Amino acid sequence: MPDYAWPDAEHRTLIGKRISRVDSPAKVSGQAKYTYDVHRPGMLYGKVLRSPYAHAKLVSVDTSAAEKMPGVKAVHIVQGPGSTIHWEGDEIVAVAAVDELAAEDAVRAIKVEYQQLPYLVTDTEPPQGSAEGQGPLSMDDIDDMLDNQVPSQQMVNQIQQYGITAKPSEDTLKGLKSDGATDAVLDAIRAAAVHPDAGSRPKSNYQKSAAQTLGDPDKAFAEAEVVSEGLYGVPLITHCCLESHGSISEWTDADHLFTHISTQNVSGIPGQMAEPLKTPASNIRVHQDHVGGGFGSKFSPDRWGIFTAQISKKADGKPVRIMLERAAELKVAGARPSAYARVKVGAKKDGTVVAWQSLSWGTGGPGGGGMPPIPYVFAVPNQRKEHTAIRNNIGPARAWRAPNHPQAAVLTMCALDDLAAKLNMDPVEFFGKNLDMAKPRQNIYREELAIAADLMGWKQKWHPRRQNQSGMVRGVGVSFHTWGGRGHASDCDLTIHPDGSVELKLGSQDLGTGTRTCILIVAAETLGLPIEAIQLQIGDTIYPPSGGSGGSTTIGGVSSSTRRAAVDARDSLFAQVAPALNAQPDQLECVNGRIGVKGDSSRSLSWKEACSKLGAMPLTVRGKNPDKSKPPDLTNSGVGGVQMAEVEVDTETGVVRVTKMVAVQDCGLIIDLKTAESQCYGALIMGISYSLFEEKIMDPGTGRMLNPDMQFYRLAGLSDIPELVVKMMTGKGYDERGVIGLGEPPVISPGAAISNAVANAIGVRVPFLPLTPDRVLAVLGQKAGA
Amino acid sequence: MRDDDDPNPKDPEAKPDVSGVSRRDFLKISGLSITLPLVGEPKMAMAAGQQVVVHGPGKVPMEFSINGRRLKADLEPRVTLLDALRDQFELTGAKRVCDRGECGTCTVLLDNKPVYSCSVLAIEAQRKAITTVESLMQDGKLHPVQQAFVDNDASQCGFCTPGFIVACKAFLDRHPHPTPEDIRHGLSGNLCRCGTYNGIRKAIAQVAQKGA
Repeated sequence: MPDYAWPDAEHRTLIGKRISRVDSPAKVSGQAKYTYDVHRPGMLYGKVLRSPYAHAKLVSVDTSAAEKMPGVKAVHIVQGPGSTIHWEGDEIVAVAAVDELAAEDAVRAIKVEYQQLPYLVTDTEPPQGSAEGQGPLSMDDIDDMLDNQVPSQQMVNQIQQYGITAKPSEDTLKGLKSDGATDAVLDAIRAAAVHPDAGSRPKSNYQKSAAQTLGDPDKAFAEAEVVSEGLYGVPLITHCCLESHGSISEWTDADHLFTHISTQNVSGIPGQMAEPLKTPASNIRVHQDHVGGGFGSKFSPDRWGIFTAQISKKADGKPVRIMLERAAELKVAGARPSAYARVKVGAKKDGTVVAWQSLSWGTGGPGGGGMPPIPYVFAVPNQRKEHTAIRNNIGPARAWRAPNHPQAAVLTMCALDDLAAKLNMDPVEFFGKNLDMAKPRQNIYREELAIAADLMGWKQKWHPRRQNQSGMVRGVGVSFHTWGGRGHASDCDLTIHPDGSVELKLGSQDLGTGTRTCILIVAAETLGLPIEAIQLQIGDTIYPPSGGSGGSTTIGGVSSSTRRAAVDARDSLFAQVAPALNAQPDQLECVNGRIGVKGDSSRSLSWKEACSKLGAMPLTVRGKNPDKSKPPDLTNSGVGGVQMAEVEVDTETGVVRVTKMVAVQDCGLIIDLKTAESQCYGALIMGISYSLFEEKIMDPGTGRMLNPDMQFYRLAGLSDIPELVVKMMTGKGYDERGVIGLGEPPVISPGAAISNAVANAIGVRVPFLPLTPDRVLAVLGQKAGA
Repeated sequence: MRDDDDPNPKDPEAKPDVSGVSRRDFLKISGLSITLPLVGEPKMAMAAGQQVVVHGPGKVPMEFSINGRRLKADLEPRVTLLDALRDQFELTGAKRVCDRGECGTCTVLLDNKPVYSCSVLAIEAQRKAITTVESLMQDGKLHPVQQAFVDNDASQCGFCTPGFIVACKAFLDRHPHPTPEDIRHGLSGNLCRCGTYNGIRKAIAQVAQKGA
């Protein structure tokens, strides 16, 4: 059996080093082509008429004037009379024309009559007693649970407990499977009791979505020596990918579709388009070279991806491009669910946390949404939790980098930090004392906490919360996080040609995380070649399927499949070359572009000479992940991270400035240290952005988003970024765990760490992110009795 | 609030273009009841007490100097420089993100000054030297700013990168030895979502140290 295991530290020449990303030159020179940049011959431009109302019934849609306008090639009604609109910006009619301006003019000529319906666009605390019990689940409910990454077992329990509203077709089940439903979930749906009447009953906006009790919280609170109560929360924010969602679709013949789409999920797109387009997935080709951000919002072809293909068909198969305008991107292309909670926590005098109680709520738009995993990281022994999901017309939610975890971190770490303050304890000491509850990673956290405190200069900077501060004040805060990150299913083909050239193909995608670079590092390391000697092809459905890039699953998946392919290819080549070197295949090694006999430098061939022994035919092998027939498991699950923030708050203006952040993170064996560090720097920056600035602000008076642009939906800029310190945990205890994903974990803690730092600085908690001047001044005003 | 007809929000010193029809003039014209001559070109109209040339509606011939090349196209006067670059000349380095002068991903140089090309009408950019990110590589070699971005991993998804490259080049041309405060101020007109600012800051430091 070949040895697929990762090489040990002494035998790594590329893995774990700082390697510059291979697609940087294309990106810095403007040559990198994104979906938005694709210009197909004869391409038509699509524009979409969107609903100005958050909730409405369509009475009539008149496209007659638009159809006659110059340059208009096709008009497609997406939602016709009788349809119900559930959020502002929802698609009604799409128009394809010879250029964008003609399409825009045509959209303006469409007449739609709406019957407005009552709407809810706020997510403030549900009125007491308003929440309905969970009824039978519709397929939309189940889809929503998948979007929110509800664990499989939890879904099965709910399906068994509540039943379903209608028996789904096998095609619907297939769709759920492609959206990530496990076989256990599908079996539970097939076996579930059906309650058809429940589906037609109008649903309340407020739904009890979780209620759990662990241990004996009443007794624990009664016995607790210190109890702290507080209100905490994170609003709805958007993904704001710089490259908006969209695609260019064309029918290359009557039944073959070619789609360029901005996606995190190249291999998974055809299966999702097949059903709505009534076209076999095998007839749908997807291509994408680069993607301008996804962050969890680009796994599906989306309704607009489907109608782009449909309108192309109406326009004789001509390529049609529909890329969302910025306002639409912010309104309809996904948001991170909000989460708020009234939390009560109790501890013994020595700081040991004994009890947790939370009444939480939040919205993920029409689907409601689930309870974040609270209390987070720290498994408090006695808990009572209730969550109310608000179903409203704020727009659809999607997975946002580390779904539910940043919210859970804020609700948990801020409540515990307030408890530490009430105990008059240094949070580092307090959290450290409770780390036994952070199993199974308590030792990793302990090591990381000490390193983080050192890198932050915590001892010098932390001070007990002070009252009645004025002028500029400083404070520090800490937070902890975890994530899974096991590698997804991935197939790859590696070919060695007789002329020595090597190519590697897989239907993966590089979100800017460094996927291309890491695949090449693994292949080059295994074959003893420089990275430049290998041609990598990704981003197309003509290549072997590889999973969607979400949940930090890509690096584990592609590195494992690539490693197995490269080991098998190498060993096959050894078998062909061994006779020429008068050796047995297992005596050979490949290093520095040569294949030779281990320990005998006189017997070796250059890579090119060695490959010529293949004869006329190239050698192709398929590598897979997972692959139990080729152990060991090269990927793993479960990481821990600790972050600290230091802030400066102007008590006169309420302006918060982050002055330093520290991230200490593990992710098992690191393939490319440089891009791994960049993931952490980027996550800290994204974290500063959502902690201080980001919020999808809805107008209760009109049901519309008030800030669908980049001036008022503010992202952090260069001037908002302080000193950032990133420490990746590597070496013994980390490397041997295998490769684990890193995309999500470092973006989880910044909100909690920054909020805690602000509380430390001003002596009082600002309950909700983002920590804007008005919110800071409001709590300072309350404290002063103003 | 910025003037809508200022194509160059990064450089308050820059004078608005007076040779063509600015967006504001256009708005003034379209808001006035004017008498157009029935025959003859160019069409003239009285606006704000002055005779001004009226272009369009419909496509009009335009001529540009882009990266040192003369390029022609028939475009509607309402087409932005960004859309002309991307859709007519397939220079897609400059990206369309906000399309209203907020994010900087469409940054190009107009007579060596950085502008948001989404906020400049193509018709206004005639007779000016237009420089896009595609021209910075010389003889297959990256410009020092580009190389510094590679060395310091200053791009992730890369969608903001071309705009940042052009903005950084223009910034460093004017401030070869910037202070951290200069950098904070001078590059606050470009936004990134992945969070590459740390690498960008290091890239600028590298160029400032070595010289461009």
